[in-house]
Amino acid sequence: MIASIAFGVLAVVLLASALAVVLTRNLFHSVLYLALSLTATAGVFLSLDAEFLAAIQLLLYAGGVVTIVVFAIVVTERLVGDRISQTSRQLGAGFGIAGALLVAILAIFRRSPLPIPRPAVSGDLTRAIGQSLLTTYVLPFELLGVLFLAALVGALYFARPDD
Amino acid sequence: MTLQAYLTLAAMLFCIGLFGVLTRRNTIGILLGIELMLNAVNINLVAFARFLGDVSGMVFTVFTICITVAEVALGLALVILIYRVRRTAVADHLDLLRG
Repeated sequence: MIASIAFGVLAVVLLASALAVVLTRNLFHSVLYLALSLTATAGVFLSLDAEFLAAIQLLLYAGGVVTIVVFAIVVTERLVGDRISQTSRQLGAGFGIAGALLVAILAIFRRSPLPIPRPAVSGDLTRAIGQSLLTTYVLPFELLGVLFLAALVGALYFARPDD
Repeated sequence: MTLQAYLTLAAMLFCIGLFGVLTRRNTIGILLGIELMLNAVNINLVAFARFLGDVSGMVFTVFTICITVAEVALGLALVILIYRVRRTAVADHLDLLRG
């Protein structure tokens, strides 16, 4: 009972803040709403017993990504404000495409219901994630380090001062 | 909560993000929409991992979160670079390759 109330509150906060992200005219407010929706997603992860992922979500997304985006906005908008219209004229077309996709996905869900019961948590999920990362998925894990190095060098290269 | 509820929530979030990507004019706004879409994918991965009792989905979520962070850092570096060259961050103004 408490779980479904918590899920409902989380879902409402998540969807409302996501709508605010795409609809608000001020880009700066949009980023703050994005931080709220990312935090709500961390709550959804918690409701799925994935505490480790909720922590990563808060650290990397709500902490890191939002900070980077705020810096990018400060650099690229000379005055943070809503003097430039942020949405295009094709609101109707965008709404049509996104709505059609949603209807299609929900229709597929309706045709093939997934009556999977929720199994009990078996052991420590964080421990299982760590063991899986360093055994089965150790190669992608190492490649991730290479990717981060490449991304870091690339970002530094692009953002270097003019000489 | 059922798996269906989580999947429906993720589908709605994905479509909201797609709407943002399609309608935003500012490139940073488009990146924010992509963030929302990737977030929806993460919810799907974690929900399936939890309901199927397989931890692989959660490991993949770790990967997608990390790749997203790298993508955002690189994407914003590109936006800043484009802004420095063209003095604009609006996607409609970036029509250098238009014939």
